[in-house]
Amino acid sequence: MTRVLVIEDDPAVRRGVSVGLRHRGHETVLVATGEDGLAELVASAPEVVLLDLMLPGMSGLETCRRIRAFSQVPIVILSARDDDVDIVVGLEAGADDYVIKPASTEVIEARMRAVLRRTTPPASSDQTRTTHGDLLIDRVALRALKHGTQLALAPTELKLLLFLSAAPEQTFSRQQLLEQVWEHTFYGDYRLVDACVMRLRAKIEDDPRNPRYIQTVRGFGYRFGPL
Amino acid sequence: MIHPSLVRGLRAQLVLVFLLVSVLSAVIAATITFRQGRTAIVARAQADALQDLRAHLASRTPDLPADPTETDLRTLALQLDRAAGIRGWRTALSYRGGPLIATGAQPPLPAQLRTQAATSTTALAQRFHRGQVPWLAVALPVTAAARPQGPPPLVVYASFSLASQQQDVDTLAAAARAGALPVALVAIVPALLAARRLLRPVRRLRTAAERMAGGSLDTRVRVTGNDELADLGRTFNTMAATLQSDAAALRDMEARARRFAADVSHELRTPLAAMSAVTEVIDADATSGRLAPLTAEALQLVSDETRKLSRLVEDLIEVSRFDAGVAVLNVDEVDVGELIGKTLALRHWRDRVRTDVAPGLRARLDPRRVDVILANLVGNALRHGGTAVSVLVQVRADTEQIAVTVSDDGPGIPADLLPHVFDRFTKGDAARTRTDGSGLGLAIATENARLHGGTLTATNAPRGGTILTLTLPRHPP
Repeated sequence: MTRVLVIEDDPAVRRGVSVGLRHRGHETVLVATGEDGLAELVASAPEVVLLDLMLPGMSGLETCRRIRAFSQVPIVILSARDDDVDIVVGLEAGADDYVIKPASTEVIEARMRAVLRRTTPPASSDQTRTTHGDLLIDRVALRALKHGTQLALAPTELKLLLFLSAAPEQTFSRQQLLEQVWEHTFYGDYRLVDACVMRLRAKIEDDPRNPRYIQTVRGFGYRFGPL
Repeated sequence: MIHPSLVRGLRAQLVLVFLLVSVLSAVIAATITFRQGRTAIVARAQADALQDLRAHLASRTPDLPADPTETDLRTLALQLDRAAGIRGWRTALSYRGGPLIATGAQPPLPAQLRTQAATSTTALAQRFHRGQVPWLAVALPVTAAARPQGPPPLVVYASFSLASQQQDVDTLAAAARAGALPVALVAIVPALLAARRLLRPVRRLRTAAERMAGGSLDTRVRVTGNDELADLGRTFNTMAATLQSDAAALRDMEARARRFAADVSHELRTPLAAMSAVTEVIDADATSGRLAPLTAEALQLVSDETRKLSRLVEDLIEVSRFDAGVAVLNVDEVDVGELIGKTLALRHWRDRVRTDVAPGLRARLDPRRVDVILANLVGNALRHGGTAVSVLVQVRADTEQIAVTVSDDGPGIPADLLPHVFDRFTKGDAARTRTDGSGLGLAIATENARLHGGTLTATNAPRGGTILTLTLPRHPP
């Protein structure tokens, strides 16, 4: 059972999603605006947030940025907007995944669970604490430190960093990353990967335009190091 | 591109006509001058000769006896010959129609002149050619003072060469000829200028027409002057303005229609989002057996139709994205066999579809879009081929392109439907208009193939069944 905060202005969608999730055994908290959502996030401490982008008053994007400013809670955007630029902007605002409406509860739940799994440690890692240059990656406490300061990473960013750094100098295609980190089993959006790598670089690299830790292998994908 | 030779041709024609006119006028002017000059020269020579002859005769005939003897006449001829001077005429006398009396050799005289002179009372002259040299012969009748009537008793003939006059005429002709050629040459300059001036608006019109044909409907020509070409330019501008406004109106209408389709589709998404989220709950209740059978059936129908409607809206949005031209290609290098395997596995088609793909074949393509194409082709084959259909996916590749064929052993596509199979909302069977598909699948597949710079074709195999072929370039645009 998962506590889900649904931030959605359309009452029918709110009710529908709530009914679907409750039918699958989850607990839902429903709010209609971003402001209420922020308040409820503090009050009820949900495990995952389902966020609509087109909200009255404070927009979904702004809500997403405000949440990320103080919380690492997994955020899944649920939006009817499916233009490339909307998806990229949404992911850059700090969301972990992007689901396009209409989607069945099955899909929404699968995405939610995938995001939630990112906070559990990868089973295959034998090293618990590794140091890569200025980065210290702690697989037990699930955190990353740079110069001794903890980085505020969203669950997907952390999972991507853990996955890539577990196999340094090995190149993964975006499809592989999509399957391993996002657990998408279909040909999903590579934009998800690109946007997440961009956000992660902004947090861990000294110069994001000239990356040191996460490097692009043109035509293939991404690789951690060599440092 | 309009033939550039047209303009060159027009210019050549204009220059040629101009030259012809100028040469013709120069030649005509020269000819008239020449003829007038020649006539004047000859007439002058004739008049001078006659005057001289008359003067000499006038001074000598009073000495002649009334009935001169042959010796008298010979003396007169001799005297006249001696007085010839530079003209160098030779004379002969004929008394009362008698034979010609000359001092030396008889001068050449045309026979016609002699006949006429026998009865004439005035001086006669005739030009004739002797060898290549023109000669002039004159006949001067001398009337006796006692008998002014009747035929003249004495006729004095004189003939002399016109060679020096001919020389003058030749010089004149040469001068006329020499004058005509430079005139013709000089005429090229104004001819070219005139052609240029005339053709400039034509060229401007041609350039403008080319630009219009290239799609820039805001093209206008600069109109100067008030001639027929200016009128043509103004008409062209009017036409361009009409075309532009028509095209703008059409584009506007089309854009509005597209925006409407896109807006409607997007607006449908929100209620569908609510409905889609609860289909599972409905399905669970409908199959639980706790509800009345009729209610359960109704719920099942709602649930199924909701799913269909969701798919239709998704397809409509995809189509409107293609129509708006905002669909982009995210090209990546992928293993084709792996891609096909994933497409089939994801839709649980692995055991129903056979594949024939060379392992390790890599290509640059948009895997998401190719997945959509393949899913549509294979799905179509499975749906319309019947339950026992066998579907085969084959991949053939060369250096330029990759051909993916999806063939089945089903009933095939009816011949009248074959050309429209990739059109929107084409349904396989009129009686089964509500199939699983939205009717947009193959149209979307075609658009996706086109986005790759590839093609999608459908044929019926000779032994029955359908062959759908997707051709993709190895290096997409």
